[in-house]
Amino acid sequence: MAKEISFAVRDRLFRMAKRSTLPWHRAWLIRLIAVSCSLIVCALIIVAITKQNPIDIYLGIIDGAVGKSRRIWATVRETLVLLIIAIGLTPAFKMRFWNIGAEGQLLMGGAAGAAVMIYLTGIVPGWMVLILVFVASILAGMLWGLLPAVFKAYFHTNETLFTLMMNYVAIQIVTVCIVFWENPPGSNFVGVINSDSEIGWLPKLFGLSYGWNLILVLSVTIGMFIYMKYSKQGYEIAVVGESSHTARYAGINIKKVIIRTMLISGGICGFAGAIIVSGASHTISTTIGNGRGFTAIIVAWMAKFNPIVMILVSFFLVFMQQGSIQIATQFGLNENASNIITGIILFFLIGSEFFINYKLEFRKQAKEVQG
Amino acid sequence: MEKEYAIELKQVTKCFGDVIANDKVDLSVRKGEILSILGENGSGKTTLMNILSGIYSPDTGRIFMDGKEVTIRSPKDSFALGIGMIHQHFKLINVLTAAENIILGLPGKERLKMNQVIDEINSLTQKYGFELNPTQKIYDMSVSQKQTVEIIKVLYRGAEILILDEPTAVLTPQETKKLFDVLRNMKNTGKSIVIITHKLSEVLEISDRVSVLRKGKYIGTVETGASTAESLTEMMVGEKVSLDINRDEPVEPVKRIEVRGITCRSKEGNFALKEISFTANSGEILGIAGIAGSGQKELLEAIAGLQEIESGEILYYAPEGNTEKISEMKAADIRNLKINLAFVPEDRLGMGLVGSMDLTDNMLLRSYQEGKYFFADRETPKKLALDIVDKLDVVTPGVDTPVRRLSGGNVQKVLVGREIASNPRVLMVAYPVRGLDINSSYTIYNLLNEQKKKGVAVICVGEDLDVLLELCDRILVLAGGKVTGIADARSVTKDELGLMMTSSKRGGHKHG
Repeated sequence: MAKEISFAVRDRLFRMAKRSTLPWHRAWLIRLIAVSCSLIVCALIIVAITKQNPIDIYLGIIDGAVGKSRRIWATVRETLVLLIIAIGLTPAFKMRFWNIGAEGQLLMGGAAGAAVMIYLTGIVPGWMVLILVFVASILAGMLWGLLPAVFKAYFHTNETLFTLMMNYVAIQIVTVCIVFWENPPGSNFVGVINSDSEIGWLPKLFGLSYGWNLILVLSVTIGMFIYMKYSKQGYEIAVVGESSHTARYAGINIKKVIIRTMLISGGICGFAGAIIVSGASHTISTTIGNGRGFTAIIVAWMAKFNPIVMILVSFFLVFMQQGSIQIATQFGLNENASNIITGIILFFLIGSEFFINYKLEFRKQAKEVQG
Repeated sequence: MEKEYAIELKQVTKCFGDVIANDKVDLSVRKGEILSILGENGSGKTTLMNILSGIYSPDTGRIFMDGKEVTIRSPKDSFALGIGMIHQHFKLINVLTAAENIILGLPGKERLKMNQVIDEINSLTQKYGFELNPTQKIYDMSVSQKQTVEIIKVLYRGAEILILDEPTAVLTPQETKKLFDVLRNMKNTGKSIVIITHKLSEVLEISDRVSVLRKGKYIGTVETGASTAESLTEMMVGEKVSLDINRDEPVEPVKRIEVRGITCRSKEGNFALKEISFTANSGEILGIAGIAGSGQKELLEAIAGLQEIESGEILYYAPEGNTEKISEMKAADIRNLKINLAFVPEDRLGMGLVGSMDLTDNMLLRSYQEGKYFFADRETPKKLALDIVDKLDVVTPGVDTPVRRLSGGNVQKVLVGREIASNPRVLMVAYPVRGLDINSSYTIYNLLNEQKKKGVAVICVGEDLDVLLELCDRILVLAGGKVTGIADARSVTKDELGLMMTSSKRGGHKHG
């Protein structure tokens, strides 16, 4: 059944009608057309602004992202970080709990992990430091997720503002920590922690620097997919998100679900902090999140909260970012050039969702149908 | 007497996407007559009227007024031609008086002479026999008074053709009678009146002719005098439908639910229920009547454990002999008590079901906690969904279709089917046939009767008094959150129920 949404009370030239369902291959065809259109528009803009050959620029982006094995691994590493944050946001967003505090949750997780590396190295065995880094990070992220959840559940506070402001608290806490941890003293930086002993670092796996990152993040991703789709708790999250009335009617304890889900969400974002500190940067600063707590929101939404699709989306975004660094140096362009390209592609992709859900009907056609 | 046509529609067609809402409809309204437009939900009544009032424009077809062809492009055009529409949902500003609402949006002179306006309104009300105080504020008015303001609003603008969309849906039987008197007065002064309705008894009472639509097609127009409820239903549905509801005597009714003096407050802090007491018995259907918003929703939710109770208690008498105080329990505890309290709430997609989930997942809503495993069992709910689709003839592409995509009747079948499947001992339903076509309605009535035969205590909140009188064993009347009477459905009359429904209405009946 098609439902009608009229542009105005008098429908004139065309109107939008909701599509019933589109076979998946046609939906992807529409998306593919959207990407092609966006690349053409990008090319026109590149020529207009930079007078460069757009094909060269595109090749530069590809070269920067996957041109060398070192670049491929950088892209993979960044993709995994973005992906794991998006996975952390998924259960909260599915519950319509707008957790925009991933940045703070991962920062707290990273700080807790760094603290373990700094204070426990030499006191407990190396393998135990590594495990404690992850445990501490997850617990810190959980705490940062728990606070807004409790206030939301019991006092109906606005979770968007609450989680957002918790980000700033986290930044201040990390700033204070850096005062104590700075190395060398006076530099205002926490240099690479345990750079000689590599204690608390994620080790290489099968000779791959980021092998463990890959294994850990992908297992959490698959775990989240299964949790949301098949578990009782995942079902509860979906019901609470759709309608709190229905949840009450079904006898679901809404407060419990909100708190439990935010523990999971915050915990995974804290885990992302550990992946960054222990698995990639091996240091802590206020910018380890680098805005990815917010970029991950785009990833989660574009993937419609499907963890498997998130792998593709986060790869695409990181691909464009890594490419931008390359074209910045190669063509002397501002790094924003790539942002413009990413923006245009996203605009077309999101816009194409409209054509997947709706079709336009022109009045002439309507008359032909009736003969 | 010469029968002139005030308005004629010829071969009017309107499509929405693939759906043909009106398919070559012919319609003619004479001057000085009351025409009923009868049809089930989705038959295209409202679309047709929206074409007349300029909200939609037809794809093809022609409209004539007084024999001349006209085009109606916007509500403004429609007004200029003297067509006035009274919608089901009133469009009035609460803080203004009746007179202020009536002149709202009309062009006027620089200085507003309110006294003159009030005189004009008073002369209109006298002419047609309305009761209205033009200086009364809208928020002080009852629903029927607000409707009066809406009608006078279009008359004041000089409408010659009035279209009323389900005008009696919100009125008590007494108020309906008053409205009908006024409509007859208007008819006698030569106005044309079109009433959209699906209540057959009213069609027969008020109208001169009846036009029937079915699935967007124009079926025909008949003189009311020459038709019966059965013949009209046959035109409407397309086949013979028995309009009788079987009502058996309750078999050994025993007390199942007892409500003792419960009082609840709404979110705003007003009393939603005051000192409500009654019993619901096994093997019996207890009807709950009342004007919308008299506390029906709160009462059912209080029993289901979804509404906080300020004082009073609710007891459940199990067939095993024990008594449980369910007023102190949460919804989840009541469910675990093996009462299998089934509840079909008024808001089907907002409370009883999850619109974006498929049939299987909606079945899961009641049973997902079963089993000790971390993962939910979707096999049993899937079987249940298939079973319900099969037994209740649910029209759906499959059990993996989101319930939002189903039509109203099928949504209700899914919900009622799931609730009955739990083998309840107490079944509560709120407005179970709202928005359903006749055949689906009777399917639901039969299901309720089956449950009654099984010994279930059925509580049914309804709005159509005729149906409640035929279906229920006893009828409880709520007015302003209080019980104003519990009557034997076999002996009480519709008028008596109507009086009970208004007996404690606050501030409603001040006539100036």
